[in-house]
Amino acid sequence: MKYLDEFSDPVLAARILDDIASRVTKPWSIMEICGGQTHTIIRHGIDQLLPGNVTLIHGPGCPVCVTPLEIIDRALIIAARPEVIFCTFGDMARVPGSRTDLLQVKAAGGDVRLVYSPLDAVRLAQQHPDRQVVFFAIGFETTAPANAMTVRLARQLGLSNFSLLVSHVLVPPAMTAILESPSCRVQGFLAAGHVCTVMGTKQYEPLVHRYRVPIVVTGFEPLDVLEGIRRTLFQLEDGRFELENAYPRAVTSEGNAVAQTVINEVFKVCDRQWRGIGLIPQSGWRLSAAYADFDAEERFDVRGVVAQESANCRSGDVLQGAITPPECPAFGQECTPRRPLGAPMVSSEGACAAYYQFRRIDIAAPTRRGSAPVS
Amino acid sequence: MCLGIPGKVEEIWEQDGTRMATVDFGGVRKQVCLAYVPDLALGEYTIVHVGFALTKLDEASALETLELFRSTGLLEQEMGGT
Amino acid sequence: MTAPAFDPSSWSCPLPLRDISTIVMGHGGGGRLSGELIEHLFVPAFAGVDSILAQLGDGAVLDVGGVRLALSTDSFVVRPRFFPGGNIGELAVNGTVNDVAMTGAIPLFLSAAFVLEEGMAIDELGVIAQSMGEAARVAGVQIVTGDTKVVDSGHGDGAYITTAGVGLMRPGIDLGPHRVTPGDVVIVSGPIGLHGIAVLSVREGFEFGVEVRSDTAALNGLVAAMLDGGADVHMLRDPTRGGLAATLNEIAMASGTGVRIVERDVPVPDAVASACSMLGLDPLQVANEGRVVAFVGRGDAQRVLEVLRGHPLGGEAAIIGEVVAEHPGVVVARTGIGGTRVIDLPMSEQLPRIC
Repeated sequence: MKYLDEFSDPVLAARILDDIASRVTKPWSIMEICGGQTHTIIRHGIDQLLPGNVTLIHGPGCPVCVTPLEIIDRALIIAARPEVIFCTFGDMARVPGSRTDLLQVKAAGGDVRLVYSPLDAVRLAQQHPDRQVVFFAIGFETTAPANAMTVRLARQLGLSNFSLLVSHVLVPPAMTAILESPSCRVQGFLAAGHVCTVMGTKQYEPLVHRYRVPIVVTGFEPLDVLEGIRRTLFQLEDGRFELENAYPRAVTSEGNAVAQTVINEVFKVCDRQWRGIGLIPQSGWRLSAAYADFDAEERFDVRGVVAQESANCRSGDVLQGAITPPECPAFGQECTPRRPLGAPMVSSEGACAAYYQFRRIDIAAPTRRGSAPVS
Repeated sequence: MCLGIPGKVEEIWEQDGTRMATVDFGGVRKQVCLAYVPDLALGEYTIVHVGFALTKLDEASALETLELFRSTGLLEQEMGGT
Repeated sequence: MTAPAFDPSSWSCPLPLRDISTIVMGHGGGGRLSGELIEHLFVPAFAGVDSILAQLGDGAVLDVGGVRLALSTDSFVVRPRFFPGGNIGELAVNGTVNDVAMTGAIPLFLSAAFVLEEGMAIDELGVIAQSMGEAARVAGVQIVTGDTKVVDSGHGDGAYITTAGVGLMRPGIDLGPHRVTPGDVVIVSGPIGLHGIAVLSVREGFEFGVEVRSDTAALNGLVAAMLDGGADVHMLRDPTRGGLAATLNEIAMASGTGVRIVERDVPVPDAVASACSMLGLDPLQVANEGRVVAFVGRGDAQRVLEVLRGHPLGGEAAIIGEVVAEHPGVVVARTGIGGTRVIDLPMSEQLPRIC
């Protein structure tokens, strides 16, 4: 595929890796807050290709991992209702709620449908005027424009049988929360490329200066991720802290103004619970007053549903980089991909699932560069 | 959050007051909403996420980035470094 | 016994067998859940750990009065029933022909049992039956017996088809995980992912235009080409649900060896790669219906490759990896940029993602 395959070129990957190996002299910890980047790292084995003293911490960048337990429980209640067609992205289908998950609800007779786009849900609402169609609107800033436009379309079409269950989360407040944490080990960040496509890069300037950390806006193909890591490491080695854009083909400092306008019309900022982390103020979006009639939590009266996380699940500490998954007592014991306690073990790009895969074998990494031993 | 891939705009039309397009992703064609990239034209590339075009892909920039990768390490090689 | 081939639009559940009291979709997925149901419920009830059933091969190899036969069965509930490149009928014939062929036997006869939903269009059934007849002719097998039942509207999803097949074992042929040893070469007969993407492309919620047709095909001719020349073939399997990832893992675990593949050597058609990029899918986990994975003694690998490439169904055959003594039961891949990743046994059906 054009503008995709070229960014997986192994010869160029080797050049970037060699360049990194030749410059890194000290141990560094870098975090990516983006499920897509985590996926690329695991999919291509990037972390083992880096010098042993570079640690990649997989941050809370996957909506699967951070959607609060009570939102999932509310989704499950709504999805089980006979009049509802519950539409969701595939990512959320297996995330465990307090007792069950969407696919089990489907097994029990709930009309749960996987869709590619929120527009598919609107189409279903048009086709089934006798049913209530609910769309599970999770995601970071990247997905908000799609969800926002969909609600506007529903209004324009006069659909009274369509609603959104909203659980949007924002990256900059999460980064702030991580940086403010006393156990923060992160020294540099890869910023999520497509979040910045929408929001621009300006939001990260204050973070760079307040916390004196490099932040590099990074794409998703192997070369993009390697380049983001390289620039972050070079800043760290040089003692610099700057905002850099390593994904200029898709990101500008201003972002997408049209999308930002529509988002501001349809959503408003609110406090959000992040699963495993807790409440981060002003870190989410909910429907604005003008669109409150499309709010599924109101329409189905599930706001009262609260949930209790598993006491054994340390996903919050993992997501913030305070511990590695193997340091969690439940890891590989009560908590496995087979029977996950928390979201980072369910999601294939969750940090815990990623580590679980690699603990199965003890392979020396023959392609590892650099002379420093793994810490 | 992030899965957005580049595709080429093949056809543009209007539906329910919104600009829509058929975008080709390496042989796979999907209907995409262009509301967020109003100046996107036929033959141009865009990054699409969950059925919405989010930006026009800057082709010149893409080539520059690749060129940057290609020249990585070469200067050092020429100067006899590792 | 194979896990029943299942409706690709059905999803699956990650909870283990002993924690739930009812069957869930995942039990039909061909992954871990299916395996547990077979091992812990069916095998103990039908036979015992030392039985033929417990070997869990694609088909059972039986000794009947000195004659070696292979027997296999499979059920088909695919939705939609018609997809680019085929329909449920062809899958039902080819699927069982292939299971029998993978044992090393020559498939000869099939049975076909139908469970039909009241109200299903007879014309549609007619098209499916014609397809089955044609597929059987192409495969050189005869459908010799069958059954038809009708259930209330709303219970049968239109049509379920179960086929069983019997074949004659070739003398001197012994295929199976017990023959897979370090040093063996892993060969795939052609490009992967076509069937799964073809079906997904017409599934509600994910429709997309793509020039991909299911690869459903009877593979007994291809298998004959490999075996009749006397090549040192140790194991054959056709990767269906769960894709190449499931098959390689099953064989690694059953043989107690490790498998290493090189991702760049696995043939993936451009359109499949693009569809997978768009939906966040791993081509290694996408279903196939017309491919063979062969584990071949190293000395004969090149010869088998050439035989495959000379056959109409094997033109793009490729060596994708090898069997090693390290990491027994685990499949490891060298990634496109030279890294390493573990290819896990899929838990259940792979779902498209946005993240």
